[in-house]
Amino acid sequence: MDKFTKLTGVAAPLPLANVDTDKIIPARFLKTIKRSGLGVHLFDTLRYDAEGKERPEFVLNQAQYRHAEIIVAHENFGCGSSREHAPWALLDFGIRCIIAPDFADIFYNNSFKNGILPIRLPRAVCDALIEDAKLGGNARITVDLERQVVVRPSGEEIPFEIDPFRKHLLLNGLDDIGQTMQHVTSIDSYEARRRADQPWMPGTTAA
Amino acid sequence: MSGNKPRTLFDKIWDSHVVERLPDGTCVLYIDRHLVHEVTSPQAFEGLRLAGRKVRRPDGTIAVADHNIPTVGPRTPADIKEEDSRIQVQTLEKNVVEFGVPYIPILDVRQGIVHIIGPELGISLPGTTIVCGDSHTSTHGALGALAFGIGTSEVEHVLATQTLLQSPAKNMLIRVDNTLGFGTSGKDLVLAIIGKITTAGGNGHVIEYAGEAIRALDMAGRMTVSNMSIEAGARAGLVAPDETTFAYVQGREFAPKGAAFEQAVAYWRTLPSDPGAVYDKTVVLDAREIAPMVTWGTTPGAVVPVTGVVPDPSAVTDEAARAQMQRMLDYMALTPGTRMQDVKIDVVFIGSCTNGRIEDIRAAAAVAKGRKVAAGVQALVVPGSGQVKLAAEREGLDRILLEAGFEWRDPCCSMCLGMNPDKLTPGQRSASTSNRNFEGRQGPGGRTHLVSPAMAAAAAVTGRLADVRQLG
Repeated sequence: MDKFTKLTGVAAPLPLANVDTDKIIPARFLKTIKRSGLGVHLFDTLRYDAEGKERPEFVLNQAQYRHAEIIVAHENFGCGSSREHAPWALLDFGIRCIIAPDFADIFYNNSFKNGILPIRLPRAVCDALIEDAKLGGNARITVDLERQVVVRPSGEEIPFEIDPFRKHLLLNGLDDIGQTMQHVTSIDSYEARRRADQPWMPGTTAA
Repeated sequence: MSGNKPRTLFDKIWDSHVVERLPDGTCVLYIDRHLVHEVTSPQAFEGLRLAGRKVRRPDGTIAVADHNIPTVGPRTPADIKEEDSRIQVQTLEKNVVEFGVPYIPILDVRQGIVHIIGPELGISLPGTTIVCGDSHTSTHGALGALAFGIGTSEVEHVLATQTLLQSPAKNMLIRVDNTLGFGTSGKDLVLAIIGKITTAGGNGHVIEYAGEAIRALDMAGRMTVSNMSIEAGARAGLVAPDETTFAYVQGREFAPKGAAFEQAVAYWRTLPSDPGAVYDKTVVLDAREIAPMVTWGTTPGAVVPVTGVVPDPSAVTDEAARAQMQRMLDYMALTPGTRMQDVKIDVVFIGSCTNGRIEDIRAAAAVAKGRKVAAGVQALVVPGSGQVKLAAEREGLDRILLEAGFEWRDPCCSMCLGMNPDKLTPGQRSASTSNRNFEGRQGPGGRTHLVSPAMAAAAAVTGRLADVRQLG
């Protein structure tokens, strides 16, 4: 996983609530056995018409946002399915940070696993950032994870909260499994204790 | 452990699965059951392969293919016409062999939707932690298990370590007083709950469902309610295990047997929330006020009683909310003020992990009996598993449905998300017992109205969103 330290880039305004994972990537594109190559299908139904032609009104089809690295949206971003294809598609398009008032839990988790930083900020702040984002290439937004601030084009700094463990993993580009493997003796002893306490608990190979 | 402080059901399951608590509060949480399917696992197995890792507990893991399987005609992986679907299923079949994971083959009568077969086979047990790379894993919470959906990176994490790194959720209590009236079911109840608390109302929380109406539900109804917890944004749903739960679990293939079952029940009886346990949020509903529900928009929270009308955006003051409502109405091609019962439908889908159990098929057949599917309507019934299908056929429900003009299909996720050939065509309108009415969910341009199985059958025989209570 790539590290996330500090990002300065163009932000795409997406002032929609409940951007669900079917909108981010419809189910028909989940039939892949790879993680890569999904960016072309990101926001498929918003981005393309029935003939597969780009809808010019959709933000990511506009010249100044084709290389956007940040999305600013409204409430409950990423609701719906657990498909990690959603962050894979965002990442493959080039998005590394999403700012919204809140996120659905599974999407929030999945983003971190892929080096994407989801930032929760109050709705009024998101609306101000959406106004900034509307300036397109003329307005770079900086996201500084180390200092936990979003810097507006005006230079105004907006602090954000993030759980220290997730921050540590992102800043260092660490893989969760490697982290957990450091606790393998605790897992061994937990399993031994459970076997003693709950001898009735069957396995899935029992039948 | 929290000493003598009263604990909720969630707290108890959580505490008993903490392997280690890290300094910042993140926990290494032990996972008892990992359910694996073909869509969200290939990249996880590939990750293990690249890192030279093994599956830590094959005996805590079980795999089945459910999303891509055709519901008509031959069903072996080689028969799947669409190449990507076929490759995904074949990849799962290769991976389970390579990694030694127990697998239920497609032609096995026990095959079915992962969230139907977990409880049905006794794999899902009270007090356990259950995960799956699928958001509707919340279904299993109906048994009093902490069950939640995870992404593919986490699937890989569980395969490798049998644990997850998790922070505790907040506790939310939803108490439903009194009992549901004629013509209403667990589906109407959960749609009413989502309508009340909104699709983000449960974010960061685990919902415990309690109260007389929940106690009165059978396990199928409880599973329907818990299944849609994710549609309210909750990490998981829970129902405290009781006699209904124990009677359901007893005798199932993978469940403990004999003395082991008695020991298990003794433990399960200790799980319900302690008196005085504190919840971060409490919501109370009265079941007597709940009518058959039907969604009008493209989020499950956009829901009204079937006796209601399409809402009017001009009555909404918040600009963004008004724009969103208008967008939903445009997509759904609905006009404010239209009576829901006047909305005509083209397709009926009865099935999915939300409503694909035998009880759901019985409810649909009871309405279909002696009636005919309306002209121009296609009505699919897709049992949730091979065992559900067999049980329905033994009861003669397939005959009733076929005589009424319904199609009787083989088990799969089917038109819930259209990863197999069953999908809506652009502009088609469905009454569906599934869980999501998102834009394009059942096929690009398709319009979905979420309803209960009885309401779906009523829609099939009338050709519109009818109030099942009036069919008698």
